[in-house]
Amino acid sequence: MAIHTLSVLVENSPGVLARVAALFSRRGYNIDSLAVGPTEDPKISRMTIVLNLEGHALDQVSAQLFKLINVIGIQEMRADESYERELLLVKVAKKDANLSSVVATYGAQIVDDGETPIIEAVAESDQLEALLKDLSSYKVIELVQSGVIALEKGKMTLSDRVRLETGLSNPEDPNSADALTADYQN
Amino acid sequence: MSEQVTGAKSLVMSLERAGVDVMFGIPGGAILPAYDPIFDSSIRHILVRHEQGAGHAATGYAQATGRVGVCIATSGPGATNLVTPLADAHMDSVPIVAITGQVPSAAIGTDAFQEADIRGVTMPVTKHNYLITDPADIPEAIAEAFYIAGTGRPGPVLVDIAKDALQKMTTFAWPKQRALAGYRLQLDAENEAIRDAARLIAESKKPVLYVGGGIIKSNATKELFALAELTGAPVVTTLMARGAFPDSHPLHLGMPGMHGTVAAVTALQKADLLITLGARFDDRVTGKLSTFAVNAKVIHADIDPAEIGKNRFADVALIGDLKRNIIALIPALKDEFAKEKPDLSPWWKQVGGLRQTYPLGYDHPTDGLSPQYVIERIGAISGPDSIYCAGVGQHQMWASQFIKYENPRTWLNSGGLGTMGYAVPAAMGAKVGMPDTTVWAIDGDGCFQMTNQELVTCAINKIPIKVAIINNESLGMVRQWQTLFYSSRYSNTDLHSKRIPDFVKLADAMGCVGLRCESKEDVDGTIKEAMSINDAPVVIDFGVHRDAMVWPMVAAGTSNDEIMIAREMAPDWGSQEL
Repeated sequence: MAIHTLSVLVENSPGVLARVAALFSRRGYNIDSLAVGPTEDPKISRMTIVLNLEGHALDQVSAQLFKLINVIGIQEMRADESYERELLLVKVAKKDANLSSVVATYGAQIVDDGETPIIEAVAESDQLEALLKDLSSYKVIELVQSGVIALEKGKMTLSDRVRLETGLSNPEDPNSADALTADYQN
Repeated sequence: MSEQVTGAKSLVMSLERAGVDVMFGIPGGAILPAYDPIFDSSIRHILVRHEQGAGHAATGYAQATGRVGVCIATSGPGATNLVTPLADAHMDSVPIVAITGQVPSAAIGTDAFQEADIRGVTMPVTKHNYLITDPADIPEAIAEAFYIAGTGRPGPVLVDIAKDALQKMTTFAWPKQRALAGYRLQLDAENEAIRDAARLIAESKKPVLYVGGGIIKSNATKELFALAELTGAPVVTTLMARGAFPDSHPLHLGMPGMHGTVAAVTALQKADLLITLGARFDDRVTGKLSTFAVNAKVIHADIDPAEIGKNRFADVALIGDLKRNIIALIPALKDEFAKEKPDLSPWWKQVGGLRQTYPLGYDHPTDGLSPQYVIERIGAISGPDSIYCAGVGQHQMWASQFIKYENPRTWLNSGGLGTMGYAVPAAMGAKVGMPDTTVWAIDGDGCFQMTNQELVTCAINKIPIKVAIINNESLGMVRQWQTLFYSSRYSNTDLHSKRIPDFVKLADAMGCVGLRCESKEDVDGTIKEAMSINDAPVVIDFGVHRDAMVWPMVAAGTSNDEIMIAREMAPDWGSQEL
């Protein structure tokens, strides 16, 4: 078993999350985390899906995902070539003079400095785990964590890759394959 | 400025524009606005008796003609009655479009009368589906639905339309361009893969062409024929591919799988190369997967990339349209053969010997009619230009074994989902699409009782199909398993359908001609009588021996090496090097 992070571009249409979730459920793939949000293009959303898979299963998952009509592009985010982050909000039962320095070690901050302070941290998963361990003496009473989100490093974007890999050129280009497609009658 | 029309009118104009000539359906509250313009449309609407019948009729129409079949139903129960045919078409990759009415958009989510979230329900059993609440979206959704259903790996698409979207005014505008960013078809395999495939074939001493239903869907039977003759390799045709390659051809070993021929099953098992064309390594073909064709390399040609490596690793993947890729493969293979063509005669000696020693066969019982004989005679008398639909069970397997298929789209059945009750409505749809062709439904008495109400539709709409009920008074295949694996404890498989219902009277009541046959001597005469009646549907109740079993058989979950030719009887492998 190995952890894989997939970035998936999907049409921003109703039901698309249900389709993806139903596919994973039906085919028996386990999702470790899932984050969905808008992209630079309002018509397109981006899902970051973290999966724990065996062997060749990643190709199969990608192929099955890509069969969904609303899925536009898929790319694995490899650890060394991408930048991954998670957001953690955690409420602890008490505070002391030392708390802010514990938090600062992880680049986190106290965002609500009340009787039960809320700490916000943005980091990679293992960093967040370490932070939680250090916070255990303050007694964590409530915790919420986002799924992983990831971006590939470098100039290339996922949209670029989709266009390259599929031969689809920029739809704004009047000479593009898109602009020249025949009508619906096949 | 285009003319203002209702969403319903826009829907019907869209269906006309998509080339629909017939649809099968039943009106109801939410879809009612659409039925008003349907009344004036050039599209023939056939009023069925149950929505499941509409769905399977659309499937039968699509399988027989290669065109997209269409069914239409109202919201809630109308729509949920379509779920089985949609799942059926999804498993067998049949292009159909289902139109359903939905409660008005303001009522969606309120548990309104006859509300069902059919988009949510059908997500896992359709290729794609839509919920339309704005009438302006109707033409594009219909255009996309037909395009998605009919291209790539075909499949069912459902378009659910809220009642108010059908009622509101809009303008009809047929979209000029596809806007489907996420639906991209790969039609041609890479040149390198074609070359690799040719090389593997040229190196193989024991190749088998493992042919699936994709060959028929891709209209690639001529190309398959050329490839088979070029390679000289044995051909096996799966349940979905019967008719893709002529049964009379000397390279054909018949059907592989759970009830395949000894020669076809063994050829796959012992092959050193599977040339897999539009097949998907279904468990009914492979038996226990880990023991399937263990020494074989695999060339897997399929239009669906997700099939590659799903069940079996592919050494070479030819992703794309089968017809185009076989056309590309043939010259590459000729180049390879020009260097050296392998001698397949030792391989043929092996599999040809098995074919000769273990032909399909059956016994004539002393105390009743043999079901296999009945089916064999229907095939012989009606001939290879007729269309044969089957339900699911023993009669289906016998119809795949004992009717000799020579042409594609002449064998229609529910392969993947195994839907009992498929035959009668599918035959109806096939006959509507192919009115000049004789269409038989070979059905079991169990299956027939699930969907026979569509014979009323056939009688009223002058759709003269012929139904042969292979009546063994039981759920025969289940009974066979009970005989073999449950100590002959026949729990709930006895249907008592020898006289209840009286199928002849039932046929008569439904406006059909009913015939009965219970002896071998009368079989030919009864079939010929049915053949002579072309102005009404005909139902023949063939009372057959109930203990006949389907052989050969690979028991579920076991290895294909454990194929049995009869009860507790394995083939005599003898000195065959296996």
